Amino acid sequence: MKRNGTATTNGAPRPEGAPRTKGVQLTMTLDGEKVAFTRGETVYEVAERHRREIPTLCYDPRLDPFGGCRLCVVELEGARNPVASCTTKAEPGMRVRTRSAALEVQRRILMEMVASENRDTDVDPMHGYASQEMAELLDRYDARTGRFEGALSGTSRPDDDNPFIKRDYENCISCYRCVRVCAEQEGDYAISVMNRGFHTQITTEFGGLLKDSACTFCGQCIQTCPTGALGDLKALANKDVPGETETTRTICPYCGVGCTVDVMTRGEKIVGVLPAMDGPANEGALCVKGQFAFDFVGHPDRLATPFIREDKSGQLRPASWDEALDFAAGKLRRVVKDHGRRAVYGIASGRAPHEAAYMMQRFIRAGLGTNHIDNCSRA
Amino acid sequence: MSNPLADMDKPDVIFCIGTNMTECHPVAATRLKRALARGAKMIVADPRRIGLAEIADVHLPIRVGSDVSLLLAMAHVIAREGLVDQAFIDERTTQGEDFMKHVERYTPEWASGICECDPGDIEKAALLYGGADRGAIYYTVGITEHICGVDNVQSLCNLALMTGNLGREGTGVNPMRGQNNIQGAGDAGALPNNYPGFQAVTVPAHQEKFHKAYGRKVDLETGMTKVTALDLCGDGIHAMIINGENTLVTDPDRHHCEHALKSLDCLVVIDIFMTETAKVADVVFPATAWAETDGVCTNTERRVQRLRAAVPPPGDAKPDWWIVSRLAQRMGWKGFEFESAKEVFNELCSLSPIYAGLDWDRIDRGEHQWPVPTRDHPGTPRLHEEGFENGRGIFKMLEYRDPEETLSDEYPMWLTTGRRLPQYHTRTQTGRSGGIDYLLSEETLEVHPDDIARLGLQDGGWAELSNPRGCLHVKVRATAKSPKGTVFASFAFEDVPVNVLTGGGYDPVTQTAALKACPVALKPVGPPPALGQAGAGAMTIPGGM
Repeated sequence: MKRNGTATTNGAPRPEGAPRTKGVQLTMTLDGEKVAFTRGETVYEVAERHRREIPTLCYDPRLDPFGGCRLCVVELEGARNPVASCTTKAEPGMRVRTRSAALEVQRRILMEMVASENRDTDVDPMHGYASQEMAELLDRYDARTGRFEGALSGTSRPDDDNPFIKRDYENCISCYRCVRVCAEQEGDYAISVMNRGFHTQITTEFGGLLKDSACTFCGQCIQTCPTGALGDLKALANKDVPGETETTRTICPYCGVGCTVDVMTRGEKIVGVLPAMDGPANEGALCVKGQFAFDFVGHPDRLATPFIREDKSGQLRPASWDEALDFAAGKLRRVVKDHGRRAVYGIASGRAPHEAAYMMQRFIRAGLGTNHIDNCSRA
Repeated sequence: MSNPLADMDKPDVIFCIGTNMTECHPVAATRLKRALARGAKMIVADPRRIGLAEIADVHLPIRVGSDVSLLLAMAHVIAREGLVDQAFIDERTTQGEDFMKHVERYTPEWASGICECDPGDIEKAALLYGGADRGAIYYTVGITEHICGVDNVQSLCNLALMTGNLGREGTGVNPMRGQNNIQGAGDAGALPNNYPGFQAVTVPAHQEKFHKAYGRKVDLETGMTKVTALDLCGDGIHAMIINGENTLVTDPDRHHCEHALKSLDCLVVIDIFMTETAKVADVVFPATAWAETDGVCTNTERRVQRLRAAVPPPGDAKPDWWIVSRLAQRMGWKGFEFESAKEVFNELCSLSPIYAGLDWDRIDRGEHQWPVPTRDHPGTPRLHEEGFENGRGIFKMLEYRDPEETLSDEYPMWLTTGRRLPQYHTRTQTGRSGGIDYLLSEETLEVHPDDIARLGLQDGGWAELSNPRGCLHVKVRATAKSPKGTVFASFAFEDVPVNVLTGGGYDPVTQTAALKACPVALKPVGPPPALGQAGAGAMTIPGGM
């Protein structure tokens, strides 16, 4: 699973070299080079660690190997036919070739066939995290030849009126990544596969709408889809916002799990959220709130100026910072004068950053010399 | 949490109590589901048949507020069956012997009379947890928001201590914190009893340290809690500064809160929206929101992580720290000349032993879980590995106590409250985010079908919920998710302000409000007169936190 064309801050480095296991170094040969590996690693994982860039479409490092797309085939000495590297465990002494003329021909033909199944080969990157994977491989293998004319596999579901997940199965290549992420990562088992061959259809129980299924709208299926058959409707609604998409790494604003997200922006607008695959708390997972509930930030209801209550009318009215700060300080000083410094109480937020809570307690302790400070965790 | 989130797929036996994790901490719940797929067993104690209960091996549908009785009986079975970790008890705890004697009388049959669970199921749960090599406990505010919240937590600690399920991978006693930085607010010292880093304000060495740092003598006694402060509004407390909390809607007993805030001479509110609480303030300061603010937060596993601004704030909105420090300057106080979030955070690190090894640059990648006592310390993903901070783990001899308010002929139903997956708290954020209302646009009261029939209610019809504190009308939904005799509503929607009803006391130690067990009367009523086709919730503008 590779990043689509957006810049990122703080991407995780790729691990270098294999760890040693108890003094015994396991090795295999990769394209003539002797390389180390750890027991349990697949040939694909070893090769990726050594930057072989083997193509795949059904692979997501978080999911069990599947071996569906056959693009990751490699030549294994002693085996009659090429083997899928994602499902083949590395063995000591194994000799593997990840590149050869024959493999490249096979991969190109596979990509031509894959492309022939879909209505579109190029989709807007706003579809999701992995949405450009197929298009990138079509470019890499120069496979937009149109040599094969296949039937479209999969029937789109424009009838699903949910506001989050586009279900455009005419662009589905049946890699099952959505089905697997829903089962293996989320444990929700909301979607499944019906039929075989050109009639393969990703569907819910009873073929209904997602909202009537076990779907929790976490968006993980969108983010793992390599073709844009599934798309992030909230991000796609922003696809024509002018400007380059930039991402900023931060933490989700909702519960205490602390999922890492990459906020996508264009200019001064948040256009979507991507899960951070290397986020320590979430490892790529998000829920419906973290994935989709971001647009309160630019909402017209946001306060954009201070307000003070006029003595005469009793109404709140907008004020400048200078005026409002003086007004508040005046009122607080009056309370301290009339009732003493212990008459002022501070409540810090469990939603604002440390600096807010720290400054609130500093105000109370360093300013007033009391401990009359709390946060909202008692209710 | 005593253990890292990454440990959640590693236990043999998971014990979830008072946590609706699939809705309130969905991403953490995915780890538990992976553990189950791997073969782990799960016990879920919750009055409601929540999502976790559906996939549990044992579901204990306890009566709200009866946790201590269940946990005493589980300890009884574990002791009786010899499933204790004697080496752990000998090496690392004290009063183990007394505790084993204490629980002798608390049989599952005894507990069954209080918590209303099948004694066989209690036995089964105890054997599962007691027999685990790696047993892990997870809880949320279903444990703490009771008059016996501290007793509940200590009961869980007793179970972990007697079975040695602490300080190892895949074990622990793990509270799931509900807000993105509720852990951090405590870490940063926004507590009446602790300076930053949980340094007690009553310890002379700590007082000396902060006297030196702040150039001002600080009171030697603990401050009052928010709960006491709200009680004393107009009578001792005359001004409040509230940062990012919609106190009117989230705190129990709304009428009491409203009266309290209105009796202040000065209420300063710092928020991102004109919340119900902001509307009664004398001054409202506009704060920058998530994705507009550089800063730091700490998650439920004590991981210290950076928040980064991605877009500019609207108009004149300013970061909270800036607002409070500028207000301090206007008060004429010295030492508040901060110019950046980095400067503020670094001062916090310099004063907090658990952050002593951290600074703004070092937390850039979120690799550290506190305590991080020195610059070369890698952080502490798992607490209590070598020992307990205060020496030995102490068994607590606890007794079951009834909630402050119990059922009566007049108020014969339990109301319990919580959250739902798509909406967060009082919808200030999710209610203003496109699409979320598609999944949940109105509040409904979850009522067991038998209660619906018994009380003459109708699925989809309206009911009046009342008790001496207040009364509200809400649409009814028939579901076996609620046990008979207990109804549930979330506090998300403004038109179903369940906090007009809640407020049956506080834990005497923490003063955490009892929001989970509230006796009410329930009767059918007609629909509200002004109601259109969609239901009240769909038409209101969200307010609150």
